[in-house]
Amino acid sequence: MPLLIRRIARFFTAHLDGLLLGAVLLLMATGLIILYSASNAGMARMTSQVMNMLVALSVMWVFANIAPHYLMRLSLPLFVVGLALLIAVALFGDIVNGARRWLFIGFTRIQPSELMKIAVPLMLAWYFDRYEATLRLKNYLIAVVFLMVPVGLIARQPDLGTAVLIFSSGCFVLFLAGLAWRIIGGIVVAGLASLPFLWSVLHDYQQQRVLTLLDPAQDPLGSGYHTIQSTIAVGSGGLLGKGWMNGTQTHLDFIPERTTDFIFAVYSEEFGLFGNLILLVLFMLVIARGMVITANAPTLFTRLLAGAITLTFFTYAFVNMGMVSGILPVVGVPLPLISYGGTSLVSVCLGFGILMSIQTHKKLVQT
Amino acid sequence: MSELMINQGVELRNSQLEIYHFRWRLAVATGFVILMFALLFVRFFYLQVVKYEHYHTLAEANRISIVPIVPNRGIIVDRNGVVLAHNYSAYTLEITPSKVENLTALIDDLTALIDISPKDRRRFTKLLEESRNFESLPIRTRLSDEEIARFAVNRYRFPGVEINARLFRQYPQGEMFSHVVGHIGRINQRDLEQLEADDRLSNYRGTAYLGKTGLEYSYERFLHGTTGVEEVEVDSAGRAVRSLSRTPPVSGNNLVLKLDAKLQEMVYRAFGDRRGALVAIEPETGGVLAFVSTPGFDPNLFVDGIDPQNWNELNTSLDRPMVNRALAGTYPPGSTFKPFMALAALFYGKRTPQQAISDPGQFIFGGHVFRDDKVGGHGLVDMFKSIVVSCDTYYYVLANDLGIDNISKFMAKIGFGSRTGIDIAGESAGVLPSQEWKMRRFKQKWYAGETISIGIGQGYNSYTPLQMASAIATLANDGVMFRPHIVNYVENITTAERKFIEPQPLRTLDLKPEHIAVVKNALVGVNKEGTGARAFAGAEYESAGKTGTSQVIAIKQGEKYVESRVQERHRDHALFIAYAPTDKPKIALAVVVENSGFGARAAAPIARQVFDYYLLGKQPARPAREDDSASAN
Repeated sequence: MPLLIRRIARFFTAHLDGLLLGAVLLLMATGLIILYSASNAGMARMTSQVMNMLVALSVMWVFANIAPHYLMRLSLPLFVVGLALLIAVALFGDIVNGARRWLFIGFTRIQPSELMKIAVPLMLAWYFDRYEATLRLKNYLIAVVFLMVPVGLIARQPDLGTAVLIFSSGCFVLFLAGLAWRIIGGIVVAGLASLPFLWSVLHDYQQQRVLTLLDPAQDPLGSGYHTIQSTIAVGSGGLLGKGWMNGTQTHLDFIPERTTDFIFAVYSEEFGLFGNLILLVLFMLVIARGMVITANAPTLFTRLLAGAITLTFFTYAFVNMGMVSGILPVVGVPLPLISYGGTSLVSVCLGFGILMSIQTHKKLVQT
Repeated sequence: MSELMINQGVELRNSQLEIYHFRWRLAVATGFVILMFALLFVRFFYLQVVKYEHYHTLAEANRISIVPIVPNRGIIVDRNGVVLAHNYSAYTLEITPSKVENLTALIDDLTALIDISPKDRRRFTKLLEESRNFESLPIRTRLSDEEIARFAVNRYRFPGVEINARLFRQYPQGEMFSHVVGHIGRINQRDLEQLEADDRLSNYRGTAYLGKTGLEYSYERFLHGTTGVEEVEVDSAGRAVRSLSRTPPVSGNNLVLKLDAKLQEMVYRAFGDRRGALVAIEPETGGVLAFVSTPGFDPNLFVDGIDPQNWNELNTSLDRPMVNRALAGTYPPGSTFKPFMALAALFYGKRTPQQAISDPGQFIFGGHVFRDDKVGGHGLVDMFKSIVVSCDTYYYVLANDLGIDNISKFMAKIGFGSRTGIDIAGESAGVLPSQEWKMRRFKQKWYAGETISIGIGQGYNSYTPLQMASAIATLANDGVMFRPHIVNYVENITTAERKFIEPQPLRTLDLKPEHIAVVKNALVGVNKEGTGARAFAGAEYESAGKTGTSQVIAIKQGEKYVESRVQERHRDHALFIAYAPTDKPKIALAVVVENSGFGARAAAPIARQVFDYYLLGKQPARPAREDDSASAN
């Protein structure tokens, strides 16, 4: 009997990474605590978010049990399907809230850009791994094409938040794959030089968001409202915060979208600088564990993939907190593991599942 | 196996290098992550520690809304407690124009539910032009219960329209007190600027009205009270969530007047439909007992903003009801000036009471003939007779002897030509002619001939009825002068504390009692045997008075004034100054009846009615009759 139990337990825990799981669970718990306040003790939201978390953890477990070389085989097909869907969206997508992001596929609507969040790093990691021995500048250029086509399509939908996240995940892969420093320097210079051009390509509302960031007061009731109110919430939290359930900006309805994209404003108002520090540390724990896994990953594919997943997670957190505290423009990026909503939870946990898989299948590869 | 081994060996070497490079890159990335998180932390530190106060204040400002609580305006009562201005609570239908798209259509729809007259509409249109942005404006006041119920049912159809309970000002005495009590009106842009300049604006948050004229204006600071505040926690939609603190308002102070409302009413009726003014003063205090300028207007029209039609009527009326004749109307005093000329003569030692002149009926100076109105003259005239029969020649000669400098210096002491300082605004100073005045006004030197007609109260002389009343009251009070005041005291209704207005005399004139006695004696003579005798025949008290007539248009030299030939509005004004009883004067007054000819005919009978009423309680049956057989002056 004890043997059976041990074997069952082993079946469930063999491919989990205790440290990463612990940090993730701590963040999820924090998320539930703050969601309780942000939703005014709304049990419906709480229940629904707990369900989301269970689904996300299941996905994590499933992916943790898929060996990396299966993922490697999936990389190219997944990317091709994703790209096809993106093109389909551009041609036949449904317009919701002025953006063409959704595609009806017979029985349900999907958002292909979500798929690309994992498909793009997979594809790039696979590509670099395949040409590992003979990497030349040409390969990097091809990789850039693989990256920019989906990013361009998503940015055109328009969905700037997702485009930025995918773009940065691709950049991380390129960087970790060893793109030469002088080329990185050249790209940065060229990027700065082409800013005016990029500006002209942005949609009006996207331009407005950037302008608003520079001076939120110019449109306090319009596009500046989110930033102004969330900044007030953060600043008025002070050193120790107003206390759980006591945030006035939160409970008097001044913070828009306070359970989703702006939930950090609620957290920051109620727990203050001290709370923020704890949250940064928790995020840092997750990232640090991801970095360790990345550093010890056995193959180029797993290294690049793990690095991309970890750094994308960082990007999520940074962009969201930067946006809420008013140093980045308002883009629709939720705070990973904290914001209410299933999609982001599942895609983040899927990534962590892959990280765990990379960590726990290492020994098998080596033997 | 061996192949694998070799390959592994090759790969191992490459891998080692690769892993070294990779880890270096990873370290750089980790450094980047730490740097970015540090940047976030710096930002949090800046917001939450460095700028904490700023954002804390902003959050509190978001959360807390300060709602003003308007204080009750103080009421105004006469000396006997008769209410002259008070407040009543009523429901009003109010529209916030900024929330309404099509105002005309909305009002049309409302008219189907609630009776909105064209007059209400006009008034509303006028308010709209003058209003501050975003405030709600009343379209109908004093809604009936039925109207409120009808609107309540249909409320959803009218966004931006609401029913509010408000306090309204009402003047129950209507036009009789329009020129004393004044009225309030809606705060306009100019008022706002003034309030801001006076640093009083914060106390007017939530207040829509302030005093515009009369006592309502000059005692605004006392009447308004202190606005209370309620701190309310609001959500982002502005809905009140809970009350945090409440500072109740402090009601305005009440005004208790010296004025006697019944006397005022009696005077008003005594005038009938004639135009004019009467100011009655209690000599021993300077308190104003009656302050009438007729015609008046209904001050209630102004409370919610007057509609343009009524406004035009009031402004274009030939009777000029908006002019406060008692306060701002100036009239040549005519013969009512003579008693003060006599006092000046005694003061400067230019005449003794007994000194007499022989009156030939005219005085010739520098080739000009100055006529007495009695052809052939009054014979031998001493000071007593000069006042009793109102002899012009006596004063032509006297004025010439005194000279303009002495006259203007002396009359200034009695208050002629300067504002009395009464406690309502808008007073005229009148004109006390002097050499300096003429130089200032006309850039011309004074001619000695001009002094002659000054002696009989004509020429450049021009004074308000208030100044005349103040002068006769001072004389009645033996030279002890008070600043005329309408308000007796301001009463704080919470502490019952009373603040008395002008309880002390302003000054005592340096006149000898025997000189005053001479003039007073002559004034008694006027009402016993002189120009006022007919009006005061049979009086049960002893009174003193002086008639006067002031020319509206100049009579050409050598032409006699014939009343019937002159258009009504060019006829002379009738004047009378008086006090009674003579042993201990209780009331002194000046009355002007416009375009009514001789003072004895139109003005003295009103004074008689006032004294009869005030001293004896006799209510006159009808407006004072004009005494057609009365003689001139």
